Amino acid sequence: MRHTISVLVENKFGVLARVAGLFSARGYNIASLAVSETLDPTISYMTIVVDAQNEKILEQINKQLNKLIDVITVTDFTKKEHLDRELVLVKVDCLAKDKQALENLFNDYVGKIIQAKENTAIIEAIGDQEQIRALLGALDKFGVKELVRTGKLAISN
Amino acid sequence: MIGARILLESLKKEGIKVIFGYPGGQVLPIFDQLYDFDIKLILTRHEQGAAHAADGFSRATGKVGVCLATSGPGATNLVTGIATAYMDSIPMVAITGQVGTHLIGNDAFQEADVTGITRPITKHNFLVKDVKDLARTIAEAFYIASSGRPGPVLVDIPLDVQRADTEFIWPEKINIRSYQPTYSGHPGQIKKAAKLISQAKKPIIYAGGGVITSGADLELKELAGKIQAPVTTTFMGLGSFSGTDKLFLGMLGMHGTAYANHAVMESDLIIAVGARFDDRVTGRLDDFAPGAKVIHIDIDPSSISKNVRVDIPIVGDAKNILKQLIGEIKKLPDTAAWLKTVEAWKKKHPLTYKDDSAMIKPQYILQQLWELTKGDAIICTEVGQSQMWACQWYQYLTPRTFISSGGLGTMGFGFPAAMGAKIGFPKKEVFNIAGDGSIQMNIQELGTCVANKINVKVLIFNNGFLGMVRQWQELFYKKRYSYTPISSPDYVLLAQSYGAVGIRVTRKEEVRPALERAIKTENTVFIDFRIEPEENVYPMVPSGVAINKMIEGLA
Repeated sequence: MRHTISVLVENKFGVLARVAGLFSARGYNIASLAVSETLDPTISYMTIVVDAQNEKILEQINKQLNKLIDVITVTDFTKKEHLDRELVLVKVDCLAKDKQALENLFNDYVGKIIQAKENTAIIEAIGDQEQIRALLGALDKFGVKELVRTGKLAISN
Repeated sequence: MIGARILLESLKKEGIKVIFGYPGGQVLPIFDQLYDFDIKLILTRHEQGAAHAADGFSRATGKVGVCLATSGPGATNLVTGIATAYMDSIPMVAITGQVGTHLIGNDAFQEADVTGITRPITKHNFLVKDVKDLARTIAEAFYIASSGRPGPVLVDIPLDVQRADTEFIWPEKINIRSYQPTYSGHPGQIKKAAKLISQAKKPIIYAGGGVITSGADLELKELAGKIQAPVTTTFMGLGSFSGTDKLFLGMLGMHGTAYANHAVMESDLIIAVGARFDDRVTGRLDDFAPGAKVIHIDIDPSSISKNVRVDIPIVGDAKNILKQLIGEIKKLPDTAAWLKTVEAWKKKHPLTYKDDSAMIKPQYILQQLWELTKGDAIICTEVGQSQMWACQWYQYLTPRTFISSGGLGTMGFGFPAAMGAKIGFPKKEVFNIAGDGSIQMNIQELGTCVANKINVKVLIFNNGFLGMVRQWQELFYKKRYSYTPISSPDYVLLAQSYGAVGIRVTRKEEVRPALERAIKTENTVFIDFRIEPEENVYPMVPSGVAINKMIEGLA
């Protein structure tokens, strides 16, 4: 199962390596990772999405993260109300004749065209997991050439 | 004040009088300051020896051990020693030189990314890039190493930082917002634990190294006496409970006593104190103590429910929690019948060996050592059969008298660790129980011992084999002794060539006189005991089975 964990850490060199090392040493894959400074520039905020086969592994991940000296707090959003969003940029094939069809798509799906060239368009979309998944499904028929995504950001509500 | 001097002044502030180390190009400023500073450096013959010696010093004294090495190979030679300390939660500060900050990342001569290499084997590590951070970093390193669940901390100091000048400001108090270990146990949990203890019919106390770290041995004794529960310890817990107490069952697990394993398996309540249910202890997890509820006291939350499901976790310092727990137990459990059962197991499955050969039995040597010292000695060990015999056949009466690499199982640990222990307790008799394989891994430290008059007594159980691996080959690989026969130098001549004393013992009746002579000798002594070559360690739980399904060997 996918779990979203947020981690407040000291904003210092090497901290990301410590966090990443904790996962890699145990053979856990990080599905996505987003890191940035917080309002307090000495603290960074990480949103980590991880696959954990069972509760026990998740519990160990939480405890091991807490054990790192530079980790201030760990929040497991699996059991906590939260909002999450992800930003994706998608480059799709789009001939002039299909342009209207592509634009119409955004009546039903999140996102907008931020650049259109002769044969391609770049779409920016912000949404939760479900919205992004639906959008990508709908874009399939246009032919997705490239996709980049930030990974999930989560905030408690 | 230059960085190198700040480092030494900081160590002095931490009460450090002796460190273990080896010089090199990127620590020249530090060694220059050491030349006339009142901290003594023990020059080992290999950086690995320095790390193990610092570790042994720490295990014997409870203080933070310090080792020092140069960049690159000096630092990587510390790695096994740091990993050893990490696995056994030993407080240690390792200081390494690093190439100048402008060269870092350039593949400079003797450069290695030491903080990267040691990240998974240290509790924490630091690269100091500004001399202004140095004093505070050293203070934080000591604080982190010695608090909470202790462990090694490495501080990497580039050459230019050692040379740079700044004011020495020592932080009197350290507060790290992201690191706040829990010391006092949750009162509600302690109440629940007390209730469970009152209701138990077949309780057992399972004590680990955390009891020794916390200094909770007296509380452990009080608890066991109060509730009349038998006590078994882990390997790391040996010495936390007196080996001669009638409630003591010895060590449990793979080479534990049969009666300790039976008692754990049959118990209805396990009170785990500062132990982590490691795989050598539990055997097959699914079969482990099926009828037992578990109270688990540990300072490290990540140790709890990692392997065995725990009914009542109590996070905190063992000494604090045991004190409160003892006070909280109002109704005492009736364990009379249980103790009788345990006593019957003790009678039926004692530790034993066949003393029928003309060859010397290793168990006999340890029995003689016990007779001569009665626990008033520090016993260090290498790793393998000799180590397991030392767990079984010597009684440890007090904490910090048994020093051995548990978690990592590092061959070559015992000899340098014994040096460190002897530096910590110059008046105590310090023995290293070694095999002929392990002793050859850090034998160069004979030079350190003789040069510094560190008189440790090395008892080599010489069977011509890498014995523990040979034992597994005998039992599980059809006696195909693949690369386990191993040759040795002439240990007597070797010891003599270093200026130490060598004794060879080939007959049983020579064992005791040789030990007596070693104790009287004011020098490092190597005794080459030629023991029965294919003696095995029993009981033994094969890996992957329940711990009561042991091979007893002689039943």
